Amino acid sequence: MNALGFPILSLMLAVPLVAAAYVLFIPGDEEMRARNARMTALLATLVDFALGLWLWAAFDSSTAAFQYQEQLDLFAPWFSWKLGIDGIALMLIQLSTFLMPICILASWRSIGKRVPEYMAAFLLMETLMIGVFAAQDLFLFYIFFEAGLIPMYLIIGIWGGARRIYASYKFFLYTLLGSVLMLIAMLWMARTAGTTDIPTLMAYDFAPKAQTWLFLAFFASFAVKMPMWPVHTWLPDAHVEAPTAGSVILAGVLLKMGGYGFIRFSLPMFPEASAQLMWLVFGLSMVAVIYTSLVALVQTDMKKLIAYSSVAHMAFVTIGLFAFNRQGIEGALIVMLSHGLVSAALFLCVGVIYDRLHTREIARYGGLSDNMPRYALLFLFFTMASVGLPGTSGFVGEFLVLVGAYEAHSWLAFVATTGIILGAAYMLYLYRRVAYGALDKPDVAAMQDLSSREMWLLAPIAAVVLWMGVYPESFLKPMRVSVSSLLARIERAAPEGDARIVMGKPAAVPAQAEAHH
Amino acid sequence: MSPINSSLFLALPELILVAGSIAALLIGAFVGDRSLRVISWLSVGLLAAAGLSLGCASGLGYEGLYVADGFSSFLKVVIYAAAAISILMALPYLERTKAGRFEYPILLTFGAAGMSVMVSATDMLTLYVGLELQSLAAYVLAAFHRGETRSSEAGLKYFVLGALASGILLYGISLVYGFTGTTQFGQIAEALASGTSALGVMFGITFVLAGLAFKISAVPFHMWTPDVYEGAPTPVAAFFSAAPKVAAMGLLLRVTLGAFGDAAGDWRQIVIFASLASIVLGALGAIGQSNIKRLLAYSSINNVGFALIGLAAGNPEGAAAVLFYMVVYAAMTLGAFLCVLQMRDADGRAVETLASLSGLSRSRPGLAAAFAIFMFSLAGIPPLFGFWPKFLVFDAAVAAGLLPLAVIGIAASVIGAFYYLKVIKMIYFDEPAPLFAPADSRLNLGLIALTAAFVSPLGYLSITPLSAATAAAVKALF
Repeated sequence: MNALGFPILSLMLAVPLVAAAYVLFIPGDEEMRARNARMTALLATLVDFALGLWLWAAFDSSTAAFQYQEQLDLFAPWFSWKLGIDGIALMLIQLSTFLMPICILASWRSIGKRVPEYMAAFLLMETLMIGVFAAQDLFLFYIFFEAGLIPMYLIIGIWGGARRIYASYKFFLYTLLGSVLMLIAMLWMARTAGTTDIPTLMAYDFAPKAQTWLFLAFFASFAVKMPMWPVHTWLPDAHVEAPTAGSVILAGVLLKMGGYGFIRFSLPMFPEASAQLMWLVFGLSMVAVIYTSLVALVQTDMKKLIAYSSVAHMAFVTIGLFAFNRQGIEGALIVMLSHGLVSAALFLCVGVIYDRLHTREIARYGGLSDNMPRYALLFLFFTMASVGLPGTSGFVGEFLVLVGAYEAHSWLAFVATTGIILGAAYMLYLYRRVAYGALDKPDVAAMQDLSSREMWLLAPIAAVVLWMGVYPESFLKPMRVSVSSLLARIERAAPEGDARIVMGKPAAVPAQAEAHH
Repeated sequence: MSPINSSLFLALPELILVAGSIAALLIGAFVGDRSLRVISWLSVGLLAAAGLSLGCASGLGYEGLYVADGFSSFLKVVIYAAAAISILMALPYLERTKAGRFEYPILLTFGAAGMSVMVSATDMLTLYVGLELQSLAAYVLAAFHRGETRSSEAGLKYFVLGALASGILLYGISLVYGFTGTTQFGQIAEALASGTSALGVMFGITFVLAGLAFKISAVPFHMWTPDVYEGAPTPVAAFFSAAPKVAAMGLLLRVTLGAFGDAAGDWRQIVIFASLASIVLGALGAIGQSNIKRLLAYSSINNVGFALIGLAAGNPEGAAAVLFYMVVYAAMTLGAFLCVLQMRDADGRAVETLASLSGLSRSRPGLAAAFAIFMFSLAGIPPLFGFWPKFLVFDAAVAAGLLPLAVIGIAASVIGAFYYLKVIKMIYFDEPAPLFAPADSRLNLGLIALTAAFVSPLGYLSITPLSAATAAAVKALF
């Protein structure tokens, strides 16, 4: 079993699932069912959060081996129920379990209709997210990865905004099309390598030629999920139409599945192809950094602006991952965690004022720092974290990525840094329009400052963002050995960067001049 | 035991069904339509008895015309189960629509006997006799609402096109017979292995495949499906979409892999074309439909296309995958039709428009959830069980090196997902339409729950036993 003596990962999967079934079937009138559903969901997500912390506390940071492993040959001869985590998965599970109670609390009042179904969808989502990060079997991973589409489709479609149906279709079909090719690649891999066990596959050397195709098939899936330019167009629609908590989960965790996929599959399983197709990843990422930042600059809808900023931030993740060095990969991981927190918080900030004025139009706001000082302070903090101000988590991640990118390619670092400047531009411009200026609209002036529930949503995220910015070692430590083993695995394919220090030749002393003297 | 006795003993399931049905027919003739309920349960009993008698004997009988092996037994279990569900689900419907004639369960049982003969056939003529026995019952069933134009039209259409398909099949059989000198599967295979006159046999194979493609409603012989499903009474459409498809697919496996196994290179391209065309056309055709039964008809075309991928692979994995596919598909489609049977307006009349499903999740959350499970499952979205047979056929295709087929097939599955999503959108996202009448049968609700549980993630627990069963069944073919 594992060090704890009981299957803690299965338990973490089961708790939300059981809670979801319970909230769907509790009897009573509508009012009572809604209240029960909220309480049950909060309780279940808090229990999972506690279990997650336990996981972290008992985690052994000195080994790259997968921990808390459990295996049950439930689906022999095809695949098995095999779970286990390394440091990278551990941190992403922390992120998921940390954000879930916040999502439930964020929906406490704003969701009034069909509450039990809503809570069940979120709880199911939590099970599937943890499952994705904990799965140790290729097909188990695929099932969790794909299954997440169903609850998210329902969340956007039922509780979303005006164009929710279009957005839900687009989200579902886009991500499905990306993923199905990955399934064919997985089938081929399982046949060729004769196993579906992810750790074994991570050490299996596929022929370089096959790697290219496999890489592209996986890339189709993860690039859509990430999302990378030019297949990012589902994201702004999905974000704008999803309810606040849906956006939080989408930006906070679901986008990280793409990055996780690159780390878990693309890099270790196809190192040669990763090096070979590095230009593709870098090219798309560079376009994304500049292009989506510029698009974000002209948005009039707050959620859309943050959605585009997500695409730009995710491009930093891909740049870091494919830099083939420690700074790049660790930076990418921190960007993933940091973006998970910061974009989630920003969506919550939008949700706070949306709940009051029911519009996401930036121009409808202005001067909020006068009547909502606490809100303005927290919003400023998260804006700064998104920009990458030193002292916040954003800085740590982006700085590491830039260092890594510079080692890989100097132009890459140049373009990426430009993206940071543009990032500062659109975020500060957003903040100026919302929080500063004259408080001249009567309905805006009438808005109340943060309630204590809303404080409870934002304050913990702010604390963690600050913690990650000041002492990132707490978060890097569990991941370090895993990153080392990944680096050892991909080292053989790592391309030469253009920014390496090379020994110069001593300049030839002009002989004639010597003789003259 | 003398040869004739042992042969009769081999065909015990069919004998039980036929003799029992004739007895039931007599009861019906004397008692009248009051006996519908009794005869229905009696027919279910007959099917159960036939199923239980499967284990009694195995081997080749009737001088090589008929075989009872693992393959036929497996398919017969599925066919009998699907037929029994089709009989039971029709009871409240028949009683309500005043069309409650006692012939319904009897015709179904005769049809099941025909299918039973089909999957046990080892000779082209046995095949034809089984197919016709099944088809004759089916033609009458399609026109069961004799007072209704739609139903009569469905029956007539099915009959004319079915007769045409039978003609094509017979023509193919005669060509095969002419060029190989035999109608027995084993001897055809031997003749092909020794390399006799490939071109003539090739024509024969093509015609035989065309005739069988009609029965499984694979493109380009699918045109009858939407019209017949729409016109036929809903339980009959449910029956058509499940048991005969399973039987015809089994037959197709035995003919292609058994009799024509050595000409795999020749028929494979036909199967690949039919498969991809069915997937794409089934998906595209369904998009514009506004009638749920027509939509499910296109869905069955689409799903048959996926099952054919397993056949195209032509290996034991592929054949096992097809069997697995048909089991899960039968459960999904029966479940979906059971849900359709629940669609009745306040006066109890059946409604079939997609629009009437709007907002079902608020008036009948349980039914809506079941509907959603069946739709996501038919679309093959994990973690629902409909994903697994698709996984298996694609795995078989990859194992056989048919990567382009697998890639195109799976990419086309995304088109199919669109219209299943449309149904779920109606049920969950739209504003409620007028309420449906309350459920009229505990039995049907139980059947919905049962099939929904099977295609839900719980179904994954059946992977190990079902994989073993399908693998054992196809051993008889290779």
